[in-house]
Amino acid sequence: MIDFSIIASSMPNFFAGLKVTLVLLVISLATGLVLSIPLGVARVSSNPWIAKPVWLYTYVIRGTPLLVQLFIIYYGFAQIEFIRNSAAWSLFREAWFCVWLAFAINTTAYTTEIIAGALRATPSGEVEAARSIGMSTFDMYRRILLPSALRRALPQYSNEAVGMMHATAIASTVTLVDLTRVARDVYANHLVTVESFGTVAVFYFVLTFSLIGLFRLAERRWLKHLRPQELSHVNEPMVHAK
Amino acid sequence: MTSLQVAAISLAIASVFGLAGAAAKLSSSRVARGVVDVYTTVIRGVPELALMLMVFYGGQTLVNYLVQRAGGEYIEVPAFAAGVLTIGFVFGAYMTETFRGAILAIPKGQMEAAASIGMTRSQVLLRITLPQMIRHAIPGFTNNWLIMIKATALVSIIGLDDMMQRAGLAAAATRQPLDFYLAAAAIYLAITTISILLLSRVEKRFSLGVRKVEFK
Repeated sequence: MIDFSIIASSMPNFFAGLKVTLVLLVISLATGLVLSIPLGVARVSSNPWIAKPVWLYTYVIRGTPLLVQLFIIYYGFAQIEFIRNSAAWSLFREAWFCVWLAFAINTTAYTTEIIAGALRATPSGEVEAARSIGMSTFDMYRRILLPSALRRALPQYSNEAVGMMHATAIASTVTLVDLTRVARDVYANHLVTVESFGTVAVFYFVLTFSLIGLFRLAERRWLKHLRPQELSHVNEPMVHAK
Repeated sequence: MTSLQVAAISLAIASVFGLAGAAAKLSSSRVARGVVDVYTTVIRGVPELALMLMVFYGGQTLVNYLVQRAGGEYIEVPAFAAGVLTIGFVFGAYMTETFRGAILAIPKGQMEAAASIGMTRSQVLLRITLPQMIRHAIPGFTNNWLIMIKATALVSIIGLDDMMQRAGLAAAATRQPLDFYLAAAAIYLAITTISILLLSRVEKRFSLGVRKVEFK
């Protein structure tokens, strides 16, 4: 029933596609994380001139499909004279650049809201304590608020990372040869479903659970204080590292 | 309009899959639980687009295999049916988790109390479980609906004549892709905004008589 020779012969293509998918995922998530930390701080600002624009940005991006956002950048921007005549055109002509830009803008919006939510969950006593010993706002964010907020954001952020990994399949619509594109090509060449889409489903499935596993490890490391105590350790002598 | 039709019909299908899935996950049958566990795990581990392509092309092959077996002619599965069924099937997995959580949020004692005063199983379901389940399910349901609305943009890829497809055709004809894709984005934003407003009203309606937790 299943023709394994087709799967075997297209394995190199699948692995090349896996590489594209992974590179897309990593560059999008990295850009998104770097941008969303300052934006998350701006989102919870009490100054409406700072908070409202960020709210509008996340609202618009989260309210429209990623596919539309990608098409606006990839097909739409070519219509603007100003971009076509500028030096940036050599970038906007590239599918890679457009996909990266669209994905980064998209994941930044979601991550900003996650970080803002985690910041809002800060116990007010922590802010008061930091203020009472005379910390500046910058120091307070750097030493107190962000370290705990980023930790609290981890479980939700793992959802966003998995969601983004699934979203990379959309890159296949604008000529990038990612996992999904490889599957579509295999299907087009051999007209077999299980060997093409079944194989790619296995790839994505393994990727999803590897990501979830990585985040479990991260949570174990950074959310250690929230785990239930393991009683076997209670009676052990206290060892102070460092 | 096709986009809205796709979304509405997919939502109905997803809700049916979700309710059936939740019922199976909470049932005492091992086989039912196992089947639904595989369903929700696999679906939530693979991108919607890949699943859509798989169900679209695979469904086509399967249907024709069965039809040919029965001695029929080749038939083309309509893109609309394939798209709607796929989205419904995929989001049914997400709905299953939403409904399961909502049912678990109802205190067990209420069902027991209802049974103890002689209500039949269907009475317990209709009078006790369902009304309360809806209230607990609304936030998750809203989320799924919003994600689903946006996922309908993907049906243009399997050749369905939806808003994205139209925008693409108009963009190609007029050479003004920016205008048409921006218009599509604006319509999606309007749909999500109206959905959020409507569903928050529904939530208020179903939460009458429930005190809200107030944070200071």
